[in-house]
Amino acid sequence: MPRVSVEVDGVKYDDDVEPRLLLAHYLRDRLGKVGTPIGCDTSNCGACTVLLDGMSVKSCSVLAVQADGKDVTTIEGLGDGHGLHPLQQAFHEEHALQCGYCTPGMIMAALDLIRENPDPSDQEVREGLEGNLCRCTGYQNIVRAVQNAAGAMRQSPAQEEATR
Amino acid sequence: MTAAPEIGSARLRSEDARLITGRTNWTDNIQLPGLLHAAFLRSPVSHARITRVDVEAARERPGVVAVFSGADFADEQGSLPCAWPVTEDMVLPDHPPIAVEEVRYVGEPVAVVVARDRYAAADALEAIDVDYEALPPVLDMEEAIKEGADLVHADKGTNRSYEWVFEAGDIDAAFRDAPVVIERRYVQQRLIPTAMEPRAVVCSVVGDEYTLWSATQIPHILRLMLATVTGIPEHRLRVIAPDVGGGFGSKLQVYGEEVACLLLAKRLGRPVKWTESRSEGNATVHHGRDQIQRLSLAAEADGRIRGLKVDLLADMGAYLMLVTPGVPLLGAFMFNGIYKMDAYNFTCAGIFTTKTPTDAYRGAGRPEATFGIERLMDELANELSLDPLEVRRRNWIAHEEFPYDTIAGLTYDSGNYEAATDKAKELFGYDELRAEQAERRERQDPVQLGIGISTFTEMCGLAPSRVLGSLAYGAGGWEHASVRVLPSGKVEVVTGASAHGQGHETAWAQITADRLGVPFEDVRVLHGDTSISPKGMDTYGSRSLAVGGVALYNACDKVIEKAKRVAAHLLEADEKDIEFAGGSFSVRGVPDQTRSIQEVSLATFAAHDLPEGFEPSLDSDATHDPDNFSFPHGTHLCAVEVDTETGFAKIRSYVAVDDVGKVVNPLIVEGQVHGGLAQGIAQALYEEAVYDADGNLTTTTMADYLVPSAADLPTFTTDRTETPATTNPLGVKGVGEAGTIASTPAVVNSIVDALRPYGVNDVPMPCTPERVWRAIRGGGPEHSSQPGAGGGLGSAGGEA
Amino acid sequence: MIPGSFDYVRPSSLDEAVTALREAGDEGKVIAGGQSLLPLLRLRLAYPEVLIDVGSVPELHGVRDEGSSLLVGAMTTHYEVIRDPLIREHAPLVAAATSTVADPAVRHRGTLGGSLAHADPAGDLPAVAVAMDAVFVTSSREIPAGEFFADYLTSALEPDEVLVGVRLPKAYAGWGFHYEKFHRTAQAWAIVGVACLVDRSNGGIAGARIGLTNMGSRPVRASAVEEAVAGGAADGEAFRAAAENAAEGTSPPSDLHGSADYRRHLAQVLTARALSKAAGA
Repeated sequence: MPRVSVEVDGVKYDDDVEPRLLLAHYLRDRLGKVGTPIGCDTSNCGACTVLLDGMSVKSCSVLAVQADGKDVTTIEGLGDGHGLHPLQQAFHEEHALQCGYCTPGMIMAALDLIRENPDPSDQEVREGLEGNLCRCTGYQNIVRAVQNAAGAMRQSPAQEEATR
Repeated sequence: MTAAPEIGSARLRSEDARLITGRTNWTDNIQLPGLLHAAFLRSPVSHARITRVDVEAARERPGVVAVFSGADFADEQGSLPCAWPVTEDMVLPDHPPIAVEEVRYVGEPVAVVVARDRYAAADALEAIDVDYEALPPVLDMEEAIKEGADLVHADKGTNRSYEWVFEAGDIDAAFRDAPVVIERRYVQQRLIPTAMEPRAVVCSVVGDEYTLWSATQIPHILRLMLATVTGIPEHRLRVIAPDVGGGFGSKLQVYGEEVACLLLAKRLGRPVKWTESRSEGNATVHHGRDQIQRLSLAAEADGRIRGLKVDLLADMGAYLMLVTPGVPLLGAFMFNGIYKMDAYNFTCAGIFTTKTPTDAYRGAGRPEATFGIERLMDELANELSLDPLEVRRRNWIAHEEFPYDTIAGLTYDSGNYEAATDKAKELFGYDELRAEQAERRERQDPVQLGIGISTFTEMCGLAPSRVLGSLAYGAGGWEHASVRVLPSGKVEVVTGASAHGQGHETAWAQITADRLGVPFEDVRVLHGDTSISPKGMDTYGSRSLAVGGVALYNACDKVIEKAKRVAAHLLEADEKDIEFAGGSFSVRGVPDQTRSIQEVSLATFAAHDLPEGFEPSLDSDATHDPDNFSFPHGTHLCAVEVDTETGFAKIRSYVAVDDVGKVVNPLIVEGQVHGGLAQGIAQALYEEAVYDADGNLTTTTMADYLVPSAADLPTFTTDRTETPATTNPLGVKGVGEAGTIASTPAVVNSIVDALRPYGVNDVPMPCTPERVWRAIRGGGPEHSSQPGAGGGLGSAGGEA
Repeated sequence: MIPGSFDYVRPSSLDEAVTALREAGDEGKVIAGGQSLLPLLRLRLAYPEVLIDVGSVPELHGVRDEGSSLLVGAMTTHYEVIRDPLIREHAPLVAAATSTVADPAVRHRGTLGGSLAHADPAGDLPAVAVAMDAVFVTSSREIPAGEFFADYLTSALEPDEVLVGVRLPKAYAGWGFHYEKFHRTAQAWAIVGVACLVDRSNGGIAGARIGLTNMGSRPVRASAVEEAVAGGAADGEAFRAAAENAAEGTSPPSDLHGSADYRRHLAQVLTARALSKAAGA
């Protein structure tokens, strides 16, 4: 079995894995990082989105072996351990979640979106999140939350660095 | 000092803390020592006799603990329950959790593997060998009821499960010599509910104590039903609904996989987990809608309705599940909408097909009915060359006419359709958009503008038990709440409602904080575990606040009544003179002498000095059975731009003015409306479960079953009018389904409105670009579905 | 769902990759970004015995300026393509079409080479490749775009052949360009797509190159439109007239999202629009 070395939310792991093991299952079943859920088979829903070397990916469509030597950030790695990340705070304040199942992926995708475009328009937020499906909110409050978080992150850019 | 009222305040949700940080407790997150993983082998064919199931090779696969076919469980698996025998002679076929002799839809479980992990379980499925003897698929309802049709259940001799009739007024008289008669046939396509969290079950058995975690909306009903099906005594079975990632009706069910996991854990003596994949779920989670509606409306020349005839064929799928047969009948009470009429006739036949069973999906019967009547109102307006809002106004119940006994036998307690419509028109810019529409028509703009209207109502707050009894539903419609006042004055609220995204933990705390005068933060709401909340009827049908919230309201009142006795004793006053406000008890006329509810609570706990004969507890329970349904209503207006060259319809603006009565938390209400709109719009434009000619579901993945993303939906304008319900002390009505019920006809009406100049009076749902284009061209053959051709192949929009 | 078992090798040179493929015979499969392959594996629609991960093969990375063309490494991700200054300057149609592929997270992983080698006629990039006569550079030869796409999900690559890169001619750098994608939802596959390049050097339309997405089992050139539009005026009427030929020689599929005749109709409408947008007219 191939061996992978991965850093997940600041912790280093070395594990032997089956080549077919999906990164999402590696996180959930092997590392107990169950904050990242799985919602589909085809990479459409985006619930499992994490950052791989700082860029959003759908962890159900990445093999654990492909993450070898890379750095993974999940929803559990956001914030500084005490406070919430501005995106988490904004999702809370804008009621941008209901059941919450899509929320980890949605927040990770939004983080990537803001990294790319720190001051997006509503339409850019909508298009930037097209790979993340939510069945509860109708997206309106999600768009608002991402806008607010982007504003907060423009005010204090250090926050974003803390998530790397 | 009195704090600002909690009821009506936009409290941020308490449940968010765990959901935004990934500290969530989804069923699939649960790990137990020795946990095994189950995987189901499913029928690849629509209809067949099972002639052989060979599981031997699968048992030899590495990591496999056990493999069973349906026959291995035949003696103990029972039949999945249907709790709603809608007629005395309803045909109710056996429904084994794992098929034994015959399969009747693609995806039906045939065998199950239990292995050390999910990968090993998935692998072993491929080693199971099943022989099928093909039987004819039954896919078309209109064919299925013909003489000599192939049968889904041969032993029943018919594909008709039931026929249910409701009649009021003289329908023949209404149609006789009617100046206007509109006849239409509409199809409510089959939908897949698509909660974001796939189903999951974990079952553990220790001695004779069973614990079952499930991604369910109905832990209480599930416990009772599982006990009934398996014979495990109810009091030995604990059902837990941990964090549940949405339901929309799809988790209002007793699924075969839940029964199977219970039986597997029992047989193997080890905990078992099963988590479905999305493509597995698309084929096997119950589907929604799927009706053929034949509607006739008779009206006067001035547009006033004389009578309405509704003739439904409702697809049950292969089996009757928990409330399958009753779902279309909920529409019986709603086809009349907000309108007055003299006569009404409703007939519904439940039809078996070799497809996935249908059951409740957000709105359950009411969206179908609302679609029917709201589409007909537009057709009537068109026939009479009247503005569709004017036709509605001529027929709706005026606000001074409430309470109003409708032709369908319900009493609408309150409403103000004028106020909601006026507000919506103004927000929408109705007159300006009509002017733009005329202008675009005039210059034959290839992009036409359409305006769609839906002035809807619905019945929710399910339900008065006496009504359910009269409809032969297998349970009551009450809800339970208990309030426990802890020694420190903190409060635990236990509710029988089972939230899965609705925000009960917040809203229930708001109600409690207001009633007891304690800080919001001092209230904790517990739910979703039959050991913690032993009594409940769970969450569906927009019932939780209107029924469960009222139970909580009443339980709080009981706490105060008890506390008053203690306070009177401590204040050395007569109980009659005790006043309670803002969490503080005082003696009338002596405002400086007070005892806080916390002080009363501590005194009760200590019990050193209580009134004679007082039971030392403030804890109280209440079970509320509503007198009536509640009737949210509203006016939704949709403006759509239709590209007549491609058929693409794009929503330009959408205004929803809803009247859901008193509001506990406006933030939550707005969120429910947004999400409801998204699902209703999705039915109008995007979603459809499609079966091919062999009965294979072709929309098994999210690449083919199109759930809209943020990029596909508009920004909504939402507002409210507030006409309190008069049938409950909170004045609340319920909001979970309103957006979904209202929006589908608003969108389709807008598309048809855009295309009126082309002679179009209908576009079947979902209104795909191709269907719109064909409607403009004046029909032509529907495209055939040839799965596998032309891209997709179950893969995402991504490329390697 | 869960993929079946396979072995996994990660060669660190092109030679190693070819050797690994040769050893695997018919049972080997190259994985690049995996964004098309992994869903197929998870749905168990594909059962390779060995996955050869070419992610660490240096020859497959980078964008090189070759003078009259660019050689874009097969492992260049969609994300990189969209932002690459050389591609944006010399082959902007490729960047534009790539920005419509899937969604941002998928574009971070998915690669130009992978999506082309997948040879899905519903994919957006094959039509672009045929429109601009890209050349497919493999471990053993060079294949013109017109010959690379053999059939539905089938490329001309031999079992032991690795796609190294795609040569994009700079000839169209000054041409107007547009990719017109028509789909039901943002995430859905194109029902029809039109990749379009127009030469405006004569004031009108001096020439055009048009590739069609999802109009057959392979991406097709709308040659009849190219001929009809060349030498004509750059106006909507001329474009619409020329675009009436868009479906000529195509054999579009009928599926869940559109029938063949609807696709033929769309090809005409969308080709006219693509021409207009590419021409800036």
